[in-house]
Amino acid sequence: MAKITFEKALKQLEEIVREMESGDLPLEQALKKYETGIEKVKYCMEILDSTEKKITRLTRDIDGSVSEAPF
Amino acid sequence: MPDHRTTQIYSVSRLTRKIKTLLEDRFPFVWISGEISNCAAPASGHFYFSLKDDQAVISGVMFKNQKRNLKFTLENGLKIMGLARLSLYEPRGNYQLIFEHMEPEGAGSLQKAFEQLKKKLGDEGLFDAAHKQPIPFFPCKISVITSGTGAAVRDIINIAERRFPNCRLEIVPVSVQGDTAQEEIVCAIELVNERRQADVIILARGGGSIEDLAAFNSEKVARSIFASHIPIITGIGHETDFTIADFAADVRAPTPSAAAELAVPEKKQLVRQITDMQVSLSAAMIQKLTYFHQKLDDLHSRLKSPVQIMANFKQTLASHCLRMQHAMHHCMAIKENRVTKAAATLAALNPASVLTRGYSVTRTLPDKKIIFDAKMVAYQDQIETILSQGRILTRVEKTIHGKDHI
Repeated sequence: MAKITFEKALKQLEEIVREMESGDLPLEQALKKYETGIEKVKYCMEILDSTEKKITRLTRDIDGSVSEAPF
Repeated sequence: MPDHRTTQIYSVSRLTRKIKTLLEDRFPFVWISGEISNCAAPASGHFYFSLKDDQAVISGVMFKNQKRNLKFTLENGLKIMGLARLSLYEPRGNYQLIFEHMEPEGAGSLQKAFEQLKKKLGDEGLFDAAHKQPIPFFPCKISVITSGTGAAVRDIINIAERRFPNCRLEIVPVSVQGDTAQEEIVCAIELVNERRQADVIILARGGGSIEDLAAFNSEKVARSIFASHIPIITGIGHETDFTIADFAADVRAPTPSAAAELAVPEKKQLVRQITDMQVSLSAAMIQKLTYFHQKLDDLHSRLKSPVQIMANFKQTLASHCLRMQHAMHHCMAIKENRVTKAAATLAALNPASVLTRGYSVTRTLPDKKIIFDAKMVAYQDQIETILSQGRILTRVEKTIHGKDHI
């Protein structure tokens, strides 16, 4: 799966759920959609958990050099 | 010295009244500025004070009803500008200013400057909705431009961590008031834009007076916010404070905490949303599978094996066979019946039985034709008569025609 934004993945997941719930999807397609849906769930969850907790302090000195340090 | 007998003599009250009329007619309403001192606030709710500048002093009062409308506290040392009428209080012979309206000096001009700048930038389109950038739904990194030490930064960190425990924050500390504040804020916005790492910027400051918020009401900061490619959420002062920066921002939050809430999604809620969808997805799949299973079962039950088909045919065949036999028997019975009846009839019609009753049959010879009429034979023709027992051969002696036979 190409890297897409969390928001996009969530939208796609919503769309898949909607199709699965309403449509008269043939079995093969339903299975494929289900697989894709579960992938999206994993993908979204991964994004939610993968962000590393970090609070940094960003400063630029008079000489223009930028420094980043834990806050 | 004029002779008192030749000039008019005033009573105290008459003179006082004259002065009163003179003063009050000459100064019906005046705008006056000065510094408050000697203030007194008795239980009546009125506010008595002296208004002074470096050379003179005049007493003043603001009655309860007018005082109620003030948005600031009156205190000694406060420089004010106000609208008052001059009044002379006859019993005491002193005059005072009765204030209708008052504002802290300087506030008026700041307010005016604010309105002018707001109009100017507004006319330029800096506040147009068309230029507002959407706030990302799920920011990977948030830059917070605020004082590194104030309560605002703590509030933002607390809210952000509560909503999304593993959030990524970047604090860009700046002075939020004072001479360098404008420059520092502008530099910080530029710095974050140069690095292109953050998805959203929070520009925040705790509450303060209009003077304290000056940097956020500056044209430079407003233009810098407008120029930012990264969307900016402002959370400046209290709910009621509106700054120029707020108008220029992509989204204005009433407070720093509220800005953090707008920028940081709630992880718990997102997880719940995803989990709910996973459940729906599985439920839909199970439903789909159940449906197909049932359909399959149904079709399977309706699908007949050749053995079954053969058995059905055999059964049909047997049934037809049976019916055919029945029909045959029935048919035979009917025919048999008819034969029996016919035999009985036949028996009744047997000529032998007639002969036994004495009748006889006479035939010609040799043709053996039964003779019904005398004309069938002639004189001397040989005929035979068949009796019940035996035959008689005779010759015709005479024929008698007609119906009289006996």
